[in-house]
Amino acid sequence: MRLLRTGLRWDTAVGVLLVAVFVTGLGTTDGFASRDNLAFAFNDIAEVALMALPMTLLVVAGQVDLSVASMLGLSSALTGQLWDSGWAFETIVPVVLLVGVAGGLLNGWLVTKVGLPSLAVTIGTLALYRGLASVVLGSNAITDFPENYAAWAVDTTTVPGTFITYPVALFIVLAVVAAVVLHATGLGRSLFAIGAQEDAAYYAGIRVGRIKLALFVVTGLVSAFAGVVFTLRYGSARADNGQGFEMLVIASVLLGGIDFDGGKGTLFGAVAGVLLIGVLKNLLTLNDVANEVQVIVTGLLLVASVLTPRLISTVGEWRHRRAAATSSN
Amino acid sequence: MSQAVPTGVPVLALKGVNKSFGAVRALRDVSLELFPGEAHALAGENGAGKSTLIKTLAGVHRPDSGQVLLDGAPVVFHGPADARDAGIAVIYQEPTLFPDLSIAENIFMGRQPRRRLGRIDHKAVRAATAALMGRLGVALDPDRPARGLSIADQQIVEIAKALSFDARVLIMDEPTAALTGSETARLFSVVEALRAEGAAVLFISHRLEEIFRLCQRVTTLRDGRWVASEPLAGLTEDDLVRRMVGRDLDELYPKQDTRVGETALSVRRLTREGVFRDVSFDVRRGEIVALAGLVGAGRTEVAQATFGVDRADAGEVRVGGKPLRPGSPSAAMAAGLALVPEDRRQRGLVMEMSIERNIGLTGLDRISGKGLVKRALERGRAADWAVRLRLKYGRLSDQVGVLSGGNQQKVVLAKWLATDPAVLIVDEPTRGIDVGTKAEVHRLLSSLAAEGLAVLMISSDLPEVLGMADRVLVMHEGRLVAELPRAEATEESVMAAATGRTGEGRAAA
Ligand SMILES: Nc1ncnc2c1ncn2[C@@H]1O[C@H](COP(=O)(O)OP(=O)(O)OP(=O)(O)O)[C@@H](O)[C@H]1O
Ligand SMILES: [Mg+2]
Repeated sequence: MRLLRTGLRWDTAVGVLLVAVFVTGLGTTDGFASRDNLAFAFNDIAEVALMALPMTLLVVAGQVDLSVASMLGLSSALTGQLWDSGWAFETIVPVVLLVGVAGGLLNGWLVTKVGLPSLAVTIGTLALYRGLASVVLGSNAITDFPENYAAWAVDTTTVPGTFITYPVALFIVLAVVAAVVLHATGLGRSLFAIGAQEDAAYYAGIRVGRIKLALFVVTGLVSAFAGVVFTLRYGSARADNGQGFEMLVIASVLLGGIDFDGGKGTLFGAVAGVLLIGVLKNLLTLNDVANEVQVIVTGLLLVASVLTPRLISTVGEWRHRRAAATSSN
Repeated sequence: MSQAVPTGVPVLALKGVNKSFGAVRALRDVSLELFPGEAHALAGENGAGKSTLIKTLAGVHRPDSGQVLLDGAPVVFHGPADARDAGIAVIYQEPTLFPDLSIAENIFMGRQPRRRLGRIDHKAVRAATAALMGRLGVALDPDRPARGLSIADQQIVEIAKALSFDARVLIMDEPTAALTGSETARLFSVVEALRAEGAAVLFISHRLEEIFRLCQRVTTLRDGRWVASEPLAGLTEDDLVRRMVGRDLDELYPKQDTRVGETALSVRRLTREGVFRDVSFDVRRGEIVALAGLVGAGRTEVAQATFGVDRADAGEVRVGGKPLRPGSPSAAMAAGLALVPEDRRQRGLVMEMSIERNIGLTGLDRISGKGLVKRALERGRAADWAVRLRLKYGRLSDQVGVLSGGNQQKVVLAKWLATDPAVLIVDEPTRGIDVGTKAEVHRLLSSLAAEGLAVLMISSDLPEVLGMADRVLVMHEGRLVAELPRAEATEESVMAAATGRTGEGRAAA
């Protein structure tokens, strides 16, 4: 009874599930608990986790950006090409981030000024940005990145005394920022209003267009940054880096209980969703489960995450009715 | 007994019905009998349980206990479709049209006349719709999509839809709330005709004079409990109010005399192609100016263009002497303008957000400190207005969507009054609000005006216009055709101008 009650809050349930999977992993899988493995496990999903943060804000506001992984690829390709042309890394990063901003601006402009649905727009730019990545780098791979930069992204360098890598540390900081923005600021209130009832938000004087545009820009920026992290982590710049990551990002967000229709969800849920996917992926790999099966598991989780809240509310209604019927008899 | 109490078997009845939503007991042991050929009113304050009762009859809600009787025999409606098949047509309080379908498609949703090979006979659908519109005396194009229709027009489409069923029982939850006198009159004559053919009618309205005009009997609810079912003949409005409220009521139009100050809002040659043309007027501090006119005259559109949610094609709006950046509600709010929109479901409220967050939405910077929302300020702002407007609610963190219609309207008012505006534009401010609270809202507007607020009021409720306004502007087909000072504004003069029968009064300004 009580379990079902607490289970009714979806984000809490995902948190509980995460802990349960984690504990199961500790008990069943050798090497899971080691510091090295944990550092690896979380670092392995760093880019997905980073991109899931602005994606959460977007989905709460009733929008979506499918082009994040393509932007990651474009950023990676550019990083490689510029490095190959002899640019300094300190110049490359800001340039790549600017490209991320530009990509976000294009998405946001098409959505807010032209008035197209974000799903349609970003399916287009998903193809566009990936295509540009291929134009930049072709099928080459650039791999001669210097040790001293790569060290910031790989899982063998951790914040001293912890199993937290630098990309994960950055994720933690940004997650706190995103949580505060979403749940404790006027902007956060506006995002929920826009996602739930855009007209009403507009009539209340909320600058709907400007806010949406800013969200897409931030998402582009973070995705481009994720591209740099990915490139350094694998020491390899390729146009097809991160292909399909958009699905992982969206799966994490939906799994965390962010309603795809907008207006509902918590950042805690999204973070729990990301970590759950990361831990599962690691456990499956450690247990020698084939990659194809892992993809299927992710897919099933996604379907379950969309389905279960519906089921819960149906069951809840049914129980409510029955309770009402028996109490009044 | 008197002949107004019908005999025979009621076509539809409730017996000892209870219905709760969580801790809220919306209906407690309520009974009601509807006889063929009678128009029966359902009266009660906001949140008394009227809509819940109707939804129980319509199969939307299942009673927790008690029975629904059809022709004297208990029935269980598993959904609205069951009730409709039993000959019960319902007009709900909030229009629920499909925005992307045309008016005709909305009316004949799922039961379009077919031609051979199952193709929809669009011509027949259109003709039938046009005939319904003719009966209601409105000129709405059947092919027009429902998106963008005013609340009144949406309401009319809902009425046409209900009429198209040729039902034995017609249930109407505040169908007239956004209609002006002439549309209401047409509706009533159609209802009269149905009643003469033996249909039973259940009617809800917070305009008591309409109840007396249309109905023979009335059932009153208070806090979910049945109070009385009785003939209307012999009752006065005061009697009815006493049954609803449990006490006597204060004056309905407590108009305070105010000193009119300098011009607060000035609209010049405002034009939106095809909607309204060349509209110019001023509203001064301390003044309540009403914008009257028939449904479709362009009043709402003028308000929206003034506030900047719609863009005007030409013209200028000045607030406190300074020109307003067009097309920007946030700029309008910064200049001290507020707009209470008529459509609370789409534009007034975020239905799935809590009461306090809805009220906070118009003042996010005011309830924030150092960038963070201060929960205490947010809650305080909401609590303050909830008390002033006698909001009936459980907790301020409850979703606005579970409030009764009238109480939702109070939240919209609260949300905008809390912005402390210099110019308040209200579009149907008391739509769906009960008599007691209506007086309260009027008192509030009046005293705010006395403190220097400039009010532009759109209302389809003519007594409200005449009772509250210092000046009445009348629109007809997108143009401002008359300006009547309080002394000259009468039902006749306003209606004459609104129907385009006269152009006089302009000179009187
Ligand atoms: N779906 C719901 N969930 C929770 N509470 C509800 C729900 N529907 C109605 N209520 C509550 O039931 C009570 C009666 O509501 P109802 O809508 O029947 O009032 P009403 O008489 O129609 O009022 P109004 O004149 O304002 O339309 C109110 O307190 C309302 O908040
Ligand atoms: Mg109601």
